[in-house]
Amino acid sequence: MNVVVDLNRCQGYAQCAFLAPEVFTMHGEEALLYHPVVPDGQLERVRRAVAACPVQAILMGEEAGAGAR
Amino acid sequence: MRGEVRDGRIVIVGASLAGLRAAETLREKGFTGSLTLVGEEPQPPYDRPPLSKQVLLGRVPADRTGLPRRRDVEAQWRLGVRATGLDPIGKRVLLADGEEVPFDRLLIATGTRARPWPNPAEAALDGVFTLRTSDEARRLAERLDAGPRRVLVIGAGFTGSEIASACRERGLAVTVAERGPAPLVGALGGTLGALAAKLQRAHGVDLRCGVTVTALEGDGRLTGAQFSDGTHIDADVAVVALGAIRNTEWLAESGLAAGPRGVTCDAGCRAFDMYGIVTDDVFAAGDIARFPHPLFEYQLLSLEHWGNAVAQAEVAAHNMVNPGPRRLPHLTVPAFWSSQFGLNIKSVGVPTFSDQVVIAQGSLKDARLVAVYGYRGRVTAAVSVNQARSLAYYQRLIETAAPFPPAPGAADQIESPVPVPSDVPDPKLLSHGPTVALTGHMPDRRLTVVQPAR
Amino acid sequence: MAADTLFQRITDYAHRADPYPLYAELRESRVARQEDGSYLVGTYHEIAALLHDPRVSSDRRNRTAPDETGIGEEGLPPAFIGLDDPEHHRLRSLAMWSFGPPHTPGRIDAMHGEITRIVKDLIGGLAGKERIDIVDDFAYPLPVTVICRLLGVPIEDEPQFRQWSDAIVAGIDPSPGEDPAERQRAAAEARKTMALYLGELAGKRRDHPSGDMLSAFATGHGTDGQFTQLEIMTTSVLLLIAGHETTVNLITNGILTLLRHPDQLARLRSDPTLMPLAVEELLRYEPPVQMLPQRTPLADIEISGLTIPKGVPLILMLASGNRDPERFRDPDRFDPAREDNQHLGFGSGIHSCFGAPLARLEAQIALNELIQHLGSPRLVEDPPPYRRSPVLRGPRHLLVEPG
Repeated sequence: MNVVVDLNRCQGYAQCAFLAPEVFTMHGEEALLYHPVVPDGQLERVRRAVAACPVQAILMGEEAGAGAR
Repeated sequence: MRGEVRDGRIVIVGASLAGLRAAETLREKGFTGSLTLVGEEPQPPYDRPPLSKQVLLGRVPADRTGLPRRRDVEAQWRLGVRATGLDPIGKRVLLADGEEVPFDRLLIATGTRARPWPNPAEAALDGVFTLRTSDEARRLAERLDAGPRRVLVIGAGFTGSEIASACRERGLAVTVAERGPAPLVGALGGTLGALAAKLQRAHGVDLRCGVTVTALEGDGRLTGAQFSDGTHIDADVAVVALGAIRNTEWLAESGLAAGPRGVTCDAGCRAFDMYGIVTDDVFAAGDIARFPHPLFEYQLLSLEHWGNAVAQAEVAAHNMVNPGPRRLPHLTVPAFWSSQFGLNIKSVGVPTFSDQVVIAQGSLKDARLVAVYGYRGRVTAAVSVNQARSLAYYQRLIETAAPFPPAPGAADQIESPVPVPSDVPDPKLLSHGPTVALTGHMPDRRLTVVQPAR
Repeated sequence: MAADTLFQRITDYAHRADPYPLYAELRESRVARQEDGSYLVGTYHEIAALLHDPRVSSDRRNRTAPDETGIGEEGLPPAFIGLDDPEHHRLRSLAMWSFGPPHTPGRIDAMHGEITRIVKDLIGGLAGKERIDIVDDFAYPLPVTVICRLLGVPIEDEPQFRQWSDAIVAGIDPSPGEDPAERQRAAAEARKTMALYLGELAGKRRDHPSGDMLSAFATGHGTDGQFTQLEIMTTSVLLLIAGHETTVNLITNGILTLLRHPDQLARLRSDPTLMPLAVEELLRYEPPVQMLPQRTPLADIEISGLTIPKGVPLILMLASGNRDPERFRDPDRFDPAREDNQHLGFGSGIHSCFGAPLARLEAQIALNELIQHLGSPRLVEDPPPYRRSPVLRGPRHLLVEPG
């Protein structure tokens, strides 16, 4: 599974960085960095982060066009 | 009618963010016909913003920024092949491998590529890079891993500044060269440009403004660079961050209003032909599109913004499968973000569409603030630095054309409430191209005309 | 009593079990001026706009009319919840240093195992009981135990600060039409006593740090600024109270709501991965913090064609915004898989709930474990008896009989 964060929506509430700290990290006080490919074993945490995002900015899904290579 | 627009053959040229979101939206809106995505790069759609951040920091491999899909698009993917031409009469897209793909409706979403170093021999030196694609990011990240002695970044727009930030975070020596008076000044004006300059220097960047790089030197490998002020530096990596070139060359014979400034379209994403007649079966979205925006006096805007690619793709897709009266305008307020030197910079509106600016909240000293931009007495943009939660308020002011300067009363208005000139320079004075190109009429400012290619 | 204002009816204890019809009435007027000069806002978009409006203060000292809450009488400055930027930001960032990202990103995630153990212990204690009080036996002890461990407060002292906490919460009750002086005097006294208690504890931690937040507050972290002793006291009082008074309602409201929707309970029992979404829906549907009673405009603010004057009490009814049909489809329906659920349960903007990630984790674990172990419980009393507060709303007791 992959994630992408709409950083226009993101307001730095950092809920994702609390709930899935291996995938989402705060870079400074407000900027968010994340791993677009969710590692095995982090899916449940990322699901929590997706649900918790106060501005619903995280999209998780199968990698687009996978198999098209 | 209904069945007609939901059926047939749709081709999307450009398989990045805008192309993908358009394809998903087409299916979501009930398009049942055949769908083909053509992409020049061999990879499936991936996200570019991480390339100058996570990837250059070495935290995420360049080939691991694939975009998640919202839904299955049931498309034929033609990846790794470039579109070379468009036959508007025969309604066919010509591909580099000689194939032709027929369409009933076409979406042009070919975006941009990095502007290369103008001297081809110097550009070919080992150690000279541009950064736009995942492949370019991979090669640059590998070179940064190897620990170069000094990195030269040419151009201090957002991409150049983010590259410099990543290099400093990795402990690499960095020189930034910018022809304009400050970093980011082309997008954010003089006040925040001055802040950006201060921050870069505080983070150890050797920032040189008001100069150009006159030569990249080396014999096979880059060894240094010569500046217009007569100085010279040793450097083994140079990143050319001079902005973007719109991928419109393949449309040269198409008869569309397509040129260096993009493909001109109406507010419903329908492309114009070179005579200014709107087409009804060719659409454009994303960085390639150049469209009128009512909030900015119907000037034609070209936005190199992630959010615009998504929003415009959704509108284009909707309009491709809906008859005239049901079509939607693309009206979203432009917005973008950048993170660099530990700061989160976010913008709504168009800061370059301004004559004045005021720090409405926070302070330059703390590098936590909201700058609000106005043009002839109304609010046209706002930029936050580490204060993103306030931005929604100013977006509403922009949308309602609220008077500038904004009403006083913010608890944290610390700086002077008196606006100062926004000092947005003419883009011609900058090293890098603008990420927002205002290309319409503003008699006291810059004036350009539609320029079909050739 | 025909002249009762809408706010009097909302705060009237008789409506505590179901204030939602009153919120619907409030939404009809969007912005409702009350006879006492205060303004209520109950529609989603207006609340969201005001939560992000830099001219809306959280500092009661900006009110034109004399403040009646007693806060400040005890000689303590407000905690960051009652301050504006830049001071709010400075203090909140200092508190965040040892709680979450960017400096302590893994702390809450690392508590997953410990919270699960506490939950399982509490559930173990329910075994064999014919009648369970979800509040006293489960939903109260869980967050209290967690916040005590996190801050580094001895759980043995809990009965003492439970009394202080009760008094402080009674003090912020905005119910009009009665004389709140006695409540507020008691609240001020309790806040002072609690502050002294926590200040003394922090002093001990300064000499013998023990890895908890109080130790971090006391020892500081170098060049990025530091709390004063007074700021340690006000901040830790705030966090201890918040840890006491909110998550208990989230969990209890959660069980109550699920028992009222047995089909959804069965669905969650068979698919625990739905719980993160279900907790967000609970935060929308039955938010533990129903309103923010302490906002004040710093300028005349025009919204929805009305002007809210500078200096008046401004009350944002979060629970009403959460049921606004202009924002949420079918808002009175509890849908644990609801999409696009951008609720106001934790507020929004710069003051959005500090402890939200902890509350989420506690509620997700607690509700998942409880519904797995409780069989098909029967609600003894519906509606259950509620706590007094219209702000921090939740059942005082929730009796169930395991099936």
